[in-house]
Amino acid sequence: MNKTVNQKAWFLVLPVLLLVAFSAVIPLMTVVNYSVQDTFGQNEFFWSGLIWFEEMLASDRMWDALGRQLMFSGIILAIQVPLGIFVALNMPKSGVWSSVCLVLMSLPLLIPWNVVGTIWQVFGRTDIGLLGYTLDALGINYNYTQDRLAAWVTLIVMDVWHWTSLVALLAFAGLKSIPDAYYQAAKIDQASRWKVFRYIELPKMSGVLTIAILLRFMDSFKIYTEPFVVTGGGPGNATTLLSIDLVKMALGQFDLGPAAAFSIMYFLVILLVSWVFYTVMTNLDKEES
Amino acid sequence: MADMTVNKASSRPRGLPRINSRLVVMTLYLVFLLLPIYWLLNMSFKTNSEIVSTFSLWPRDLTIANYITILTDPAWYTGYINSIIYVSLNTVISLAVALPAAYAFSRYNFMGDKHLFFWLLTNRMAPPAVFALPFFQLYSSVGLFDTHIAVALAHTLFNVPLAVWILEGFMRGVPKEIDETAYIDGYGFGKFFVKIFMPLIASGIGVAAFFCFMFSWVELLLSRTLTSVDAKPIAATMTRTVGASGVDWGVLAAAGVLTILPGALVIYFVRNFIAKGFALGRV
Repeated sequence: MNKTVNQKAWFLVLPVLLLVAFSAVIPLMTVVNYSVQDTFGQNEFFWSGLIWFEEMLASDRMWDALGRQLMFSGIILAIQVPLGIFVALNMPKSGVWSSVCLVLMSLPLLIPWNVVGTIWQVFGRTDIGLLGYTLDALGINYNYTQDRLAAWVTLIVMDVWHWTSLVALLAFAGLKSIPDAYYQAAKIDQASRWKVFRYIELPKMSGVLTIAILLRFMDSFKIYTEPFVVTGGGPGNATTLLSIDLVKMALGQFDLGPAAAFSIMYFLVILLVSWVFYTVMTNLDKEES
Repeated sequence: MADMTVNKASSRPRGLPRINSRLVVMTLYLVFLLLPIYWLLNMSFKTNSEIVSTFSLWPRDLTIANYITILTDPAWYTGYINSIIYVSLNTVISLAVALPAAYAFSRYNFMGDKHLFFWLLTNRMAPPAVFALPFFQLYSSVGLFDTHIAVALAHTLFNVPLAVWILEGFMRGVPKEIDETAYIDGYGFGKFFVKIFMPLIASGIGVAAFFCFMFSWVELLLSRTLTSVDAKPIAATMTRTVGASGVDWGVLAAAGVLTILPGALVIYFVRNFIAKGFALGRV
């Protein structure tokens, strides 16, 4: 759509600007403030320069958490994206069953995150949970509070359970936008199922899939509540992801300086990814028009 | 429909009756999704002694005592009321500020519009963990700690950008000629916006409201940090079940089931827009 230049439009944006300034800029400046100061208590602060940043960059703690975080995001993307596409391809295209599938698949997306954690915490327990009990009965040694591998598998299966539907729903929306003529042409050409997927469906889904991948990456990157409820970051530090570590540092130990420096670097990574996301989105919008 | 014919063309003839692979895949996936929820539901109708002592796939001794506990104990049900109050407040605030802004973004170019749009998006992506402590201090210092409005305002951090993006997506679908015709007919901006434009994007407003409601409802870290007693959300109340005598599993499960209900009730109405909402209005 061709837009007209109108500086008065600023007045329409002003309420958003003020509100978000209050709920985002002020808190963020507080963080910046803490990151360059030190205190001996009694609310007396003094300038400390960049030592917190240096300390955080030199410590293994942040790098380990970042490593775990990248591994977590990588694994869930590698599972959720192909699985989501696969499910979308198998969904009924129209009719009652299509609605039933859409509603049932959306269910996990709407459950409060700590309840998601609670559900899986209970589900995986060997004494009262269906999953844990079954695995135990099969003779598999499964204990997510003691065993690192079991903890990781539980978190990943939980996230797959929680969010694969999002990828599937977006992929499904992309698939539905493909005109029948494409499939008819493919049929005339006697294209195989794989070729139909590779040359018709995948290119048509690429837009929504990019959105799905970036959203899943960013949301998994800031995941907190679910792993906190299930494993609390343990056993040891095995599942201490970035947000869990940050909250531990800021609200648990009240190490304001290092936590603030940590926050800022964390936020910068998110900012970078958001920028990629934004560029991709605006390019997609341009292609559309 | 056409894809079905493609499937037929590519499938090999078999001696056995043809198994519908689509059906199998979807059934397996839905079973995977519903099993944990079924287990929660199952537990919520059991007594604690049954949960701990016997392993049963359905409640042998069906009871609704767990639900009665929640619905009669003020410590429990105020959690729901608190959650609903701040979630509703948040939805109203988010939509009220997002509607004019989305209109401006969809219709006009103005200085800094692209930067502003991007900056809004970064707030949707910001990790709540980064904001937990500063929010706590900010709202304590202005005397809003442990009020519903504090949580509602905190949640605008990610809901306002979401609402702006979704609404902008819907508004772009409305031809600009409608605006121009209305202005020629002598409508002022306010009257045009409320009387003509808002009914046109009613489904968009509904979807945006649903997503604001939902993301405020599922969030816990900020709402827990900003409340202690008076505005404590149901999600945080759930930790009450861990007592000296162990965990009250039945009540915990019942509380969990009750938090799923609001989302499950409205999901039917927005089922065709869910993908659009998650993609920030870009499908």
